[in-house]
Amino acid sequence: MNRTLRENIDWVGHVDWTVRDFHGYDTARGATYNAYLVRDDQTALIDAVKAPYADELLGSIAALTDLSGVKFVVCNHAEPDHAGGLPRVMAALPNAALVCDKKCATALSQHHDTTGWKMRIVATGDTISLGRRTLQFLETPMVHWPESMFTYVPEEKLLFSMDAFGQHYATSQRFDDEVPLGTVMEEAKIYYANIVMPFGKQVAALLKKTAGLDIGMIAPAHGVIWRKHIPVILEAYQNWADCRPKPKVLVIYDTMWDSTGRMARAILAGASQPGVEAQLIHIRHSSLTRIATEVLDAAAVAFGSSTLNQGLMPMAGAVLTYLKGLRPVGKVGFAFGSHGWSGGGPEAVNEYLRAMKWEVPREPLKAQYRPTPNVLDECRAVGGMLAEKAREMAADRKVGGRQCNEP
Amino acid sequence: MKKYVCEPCGYVYDPEEGDPENGIDAGTPFEKLPDDWVCPVCGVGKDEFSLEE
Repeated sequence: MNRTLRENIDWVGHVDWTVRDFHGYDTARGATYNAYLVRDDQTALIDAVKAPYADELLGSIAALTDLSGVKFVVCNHAEPDHAGGLPRVMAALPNAALVCDKKCATALSQHHDTTGWKMRIVATGDTISLGRRTLQFLETPMVHWPESMFTYVPEEKLLFSMDAFGQHYATSQRFDDEVPLGTVMEEAKIYYANIVMPFGKQVAALLKKTAGLDIGMIAPAHGVIWRKHIPVILEAYQNWADCRPKPKVLVIYDTMWDSTGRMARAILAGASQPGVEAQLIHIRHSSLTRIATEVLDAAAVAFGSSTLNQGLMPMAGAVLTYLKGLRPVGKVGFAFGSHGWSGGGPEAVNEYLRAMKWEVPREPLKAQYRPTPNVLDECRAVGGMLAEKAREMAADRKVGGRQCNEP
Repeated sequence: MKKYVCEPCGYVYDPEEGDPENGIDAGTPFEKLPDDWVCPVCGVGKDEFSLEE
């Protein structure tokens, strides 16, 4: 495995081949926790790994250098998948100071007993000279925690970007040009949708700041390192942060006796127009992670739920709760579903669509017990209307409802 | 009118802009925000804001 980024800068992380549930995120391709060692007159470790892999990390460092020569441990992000191994790492590196920003120091002290750690607090613009190379810090609040930070090495045009530009992707390869680009971009998109989407405004502002940096390599904390396709990932982040929709209609639903299912298929048939990607997603045959990823660049979403006990189907409720937290903006939404003696399902969907401040062009479409031919005709018509909207939104770069993230 | 900064995430509440996405009109001073108003970026309450220096 080629672990070398630049001369004397090496990857020392862990490849997690078997993880499939990363705090609820469906990591179908596993994950990596990337840590990097910058060897110089003074050696620095950039980030750590999950707690169970701390000894492996220390072993990788020891294979390259004497542990006593590590003078700095930079913590760009306090979340346990990177900082969980820090107590073990700090105990094993006798001469290392923990370098992080003020908020990170607080967050670390709330996770671990940090009383014995030598701390060096840095802020945006601060630098540490290692000898031939310099570490330069840039705080990146809410991308994706308050204490998050980038570390840049100007002499190497190398950006350690923490979770930004990351992907959950276990592979023996370390670089973007060693794996299929489609796979990396798919995983980068899943990652953005499920981790970064709520902070599009902060991402847009951050992209403006990093535009001033001369970047020849981006080393994120998860997945492969960007060295060949940097413009591709930067453009993708810009498009996602700008909420630029594709001409894409999703029909997402859960159903008890297939009444809502019949409505969903009629909407799909109506939305299946030239130049429009229409997708049917049965919630219990998909996952939160996949659904959020499809919503990221969709223009319009038809969301259906049967009525169960006067309310939502429970998994439909889970999807809507998850989506609302991810704050996808600029969509057109439409609620539909069936009911028996009481209403409840489609109305509850509609409340979520409105709470997300999407454009909701019409009232929920409901069917009692079974959708009649008239209701199914109406479903097809709504599908056609959503396809038309999606096409317009993609062509005019318009968005529905709440306006998108302007930095 | 004074601006206030969200301690956890750095969002700045600017009374001249308000928070129209969440029903707060432009021109609303920080002190007049409803008690249940939260940071539109990270969701913490008013008590975690401090005066911008």
